[in-house]
Amino acid sequence: MSILTAKETAKNETDLVEIISGSASIVIEGGGTRRIGVTEGEPLSTRGLSGVTLYEPGTLTLVAQAGTPLSEIDVLLAAENQRLAFEVPDFRGLLGRAGESTLGGVVATNASGPRRVAVGACRDFCLGVRFVDGRGAVVKNGGRVMKNVTGLDLVKLMAGSHGTLGVMTEVSLKVQPLPETTVTLAVPGCDAGEAIAILSQMLGQPYDLTGAAWQNGEVLLRLEGFETSLRYRVERLRALLQHDVVEHWGLEACDPIWRGIRDVTAFHGRSGDVWSVSIKPSEAVRVLEAVQPEDVMFDWGGNRLWLLTKTGTDVREKMPSGHATLMRASEETKRRLGVFPPQSPALERISAGLRQRFDPEGKFNRGMR
Amino acid sequence: MDMPAPKPEILSRKSELAARLRAVLAKHALIEAPEELKAYECDALTAYRCPPLLAVLPETTEEVSKVMAICHEMGVPVVPRGAGTSLAGGALPSEDAVILGVARLRDVVEINTSDRYIRVQTGMTNLAVTAAVEDEGFFYAPDPSSQLACAIAGNIAMNSGGAHCLKYGVTTNNLLGVTMVMADGEVIEIGGAEMDAGGLDILGLICGSEGQLGVVTEATLRILPKPEGARPVLFGFDSNEVAGACVADIIRSGLIPVAIEFMDRPIIRATEEFAGAGYPDCEALLIVEVEGSDQEIDDQLARIVEIAKRHNPVAIRESQSAEESTRIWLGRKSAFGAMGQRGDYICLDGTIPVGELPAVLKRIAELGAEHGHMVGNVFHAGDGNMHPLILYNANEPGQLESAERLGAEILKLCVDAGGCLTGEHGVGVEKRELMTHQFAPADLEAQMAVKDVFDPKWILNPAKVFPLDVSAHRRGAA
Repeated sequence: MSILTAKETAKNETDLVEIISGSASIVIEGGGTRRIGVTEGEPLSTRGLSGVTLYEPGTLTLVAQAGTPLSEIDVLLAAENQRLAFEVPDFRGLLGRAGESTLGGVVATNASGPRRVAVGACRDFCLGVRFVDGRGAVVKNGGRVMKNVTGLDLVKLMAGSHGTLGVMTEVSLKVQPLPETTVTLAVPGCDAGEAIAILSQMLGQPYDLTGAAWQNGEVLLRLEGFETSLRYRVERLRALLQHDVVEHWGLEACDPIWRGIRDVTAFHGRSGDVWSVSIKPSEAVRVLEAVQPEDVMFDWGGNRLWLLTKTGTDVREKMPSGHATLMRASEETKRRLGVFPPQSPALERISAGLRQRFDPEGKFNRGMR
Repeated sequence: MDMPAPKPEILSRKSELAARLRAVLAKHALIEAPEELKAYECDALTAYRCPPLLAVLPETTEEVSKVMAICHEMGVPVVPRGAGTSLAGGALPSEDAVILGVARLRDVVEINTSDRYIRVQTGMTNLAVTAAVEDEGFFYAPDPSSQLACAIAGNIAMNSGGAHCLKYGVTTNNLLGVTMVMADGEVIEIGGAEMDAGGLDILGLICGSEGQLGVVTEATLRILPKPEGARPVLFGFDSNEVAGACVADIIRSGLIPVAIEFMDRPIIRATEEFAGAGYPDCEALLIVEVEGSDQEIDDQLARIVEIAKRHNPVAIRESQSAEESTRIWLGRKSAFGAMGQRGDYICLDGTIPVGELPAVLKRIAELGAEHGHMVGNVFHAGDGNMHPLILYNANEPGQLESAERLGAEILKLCVDAGGCLTGEHGVGVEKRELMTHQFAPADLEAQMAVKDVFDPKWILNPAKVFPLDVSAHRRGAA
């Protein structure tokens, strides 16, 4: 169950414009499965804006309304041997939610899983967007082609904006063919420093790792592609590794491992706050030494650290560089520390200026800024 | 193509402006002699020329900041310029504008191969970035065909792609952070060496903004390990439809070629005469390149050949060596030169959904015949980024205008087919007036509202991207 009960459900853009003009403060809600900010305002559900409007497997393009359930898209793509390349995390277990994730929520939070290290984030696969802004204007930007520099790129701006600029109604995405097979190399017995050294060395090799993580003292490296090619790459990586290595071949063996990383399964049901830290891999060990978390996991080759910390720990004040998002904590802690990383005064001014233009009355997702 | 009339109140203050700029710049960084200003009168869209009021070539971010502060205070338009290779007139000055060139900002600031990034000043050329990390086994992925000359500043402004972006993405997918000078001279940092910055994706907004939002002086770029090797295969087909269907099948197969290039008959003929690459005489030609070890390349090429054979190609040439690879690429790489040999040309870069390819090519041929211009098509087929080359004779009155009319028809066709006006060159002045064909008034208003936030006085590249009548009110407010 979502923690909010949707009061208004928009069925189309016209509806949406009407609801927005009649509301003072709105919390935009798809499935409510990945909202991390504090909730301030009346819920507005986008679930009525549902359905895939276009899917062309031959051009790797999918266009769907923002309220379309992610599961519907996954099933549709799987039938054509395709998938969303950016490996959408399922945060229901981590955040203790039970709703049905929607495409709009995925894009609004730029939800990106382990494959990001190779292919990029959700925002890198967003080709186009339609949204209704706070003044009721219906805006489209981008399109459904892979390359597009026609005008300013508001698609990127909307992706990851946590619903603070407008209500997305439709998104176009680039999708990806499924690989023939996959393999995961597990290197046990590595501390954080060794892990970073291995991850950086391996990501510096031309073997297109599509996963590079570390948890429970185990470095995890994933390859995807044709089996003949993977056999060769595994041999090369093993020659470089000089450690004991366990190979897990095939989707059935690899899927649970990478779901665990993607969804941060190791932290589910455990008490404490959860932080997502964005950092240069070479700074990761310093962060751990300074923060002393209860538990830790590296993803994206050490570019992202998942930290489980004692309740109320301010991770940001201990960080040498990079930034941190408070993914899970009590409302009190969220309000005290802030969910999103603070910006420089200049960027804060620009962000406020953008919100002012798109949402002059400050109606949208006040708790997500 | 129209440009707004220069503002007399700016022209009349030229010497005051020059004196103020001279005071904050190093010696020789201010260019004011008419014969020297001529070098800045156009970019690679050479059909349009206009010497700027002044040009400056700062050597530091601080100098860029001072220049911007002065121009902002005096309300003088600033046209940022990288290496001047824009095909869309992105760096075309106006009579009352200062050209701000970043050509002297060419240092490598930091190389970090363990975290896989490089920090450079943006006057560095695209190829020089790769050269800086090559010895360590890395490269910078976006590879616009002007990469020998074009600057990273321009790559960011136009979100440049290249032949290999099918696998590696375009500039926005490889840009981690920038130092940017705002319209009023304030220096800001956006992003950094991390994979993403917190907050709104301002970096995503900056990339491809055509100098509308600020002047980027430093950039942190993602670098990648150099592949073990790469080799192409070439296929000839007797129709564009069949070649198009073959492209779709390759894309669906799960193979990830680094490039799929398409050439049509007019281009094949022109390049054969010009470069003699030994291409088959056919309707459509595909070059597909894959990367990996020798064995992996053999394996991938075998799979691609198998897919292509289902479409009855009239020719297959699989490269087994570096020399053969060079020959296969020779014609494609000399395509623009070959067309240039036949006359002047306009190069467009409208992008279409790949499935629309045969229909769009057919219609382009019809439009070409109607307008009396030969049109050749080379393009990045994997992502639908077309490059129709329209031939015309610049010495014959009316020919440029007629070629431009045809170009506009072709770009509208791309939009109507579900695509866009420009895939990698940018709007500049060239496609400015066509923006209303792709965008509704509310769409353009939203984009201009973003510019308002960054550049309230509209002094940065003000007569670009947005149709003149649509932006008139804002530009007048300067």
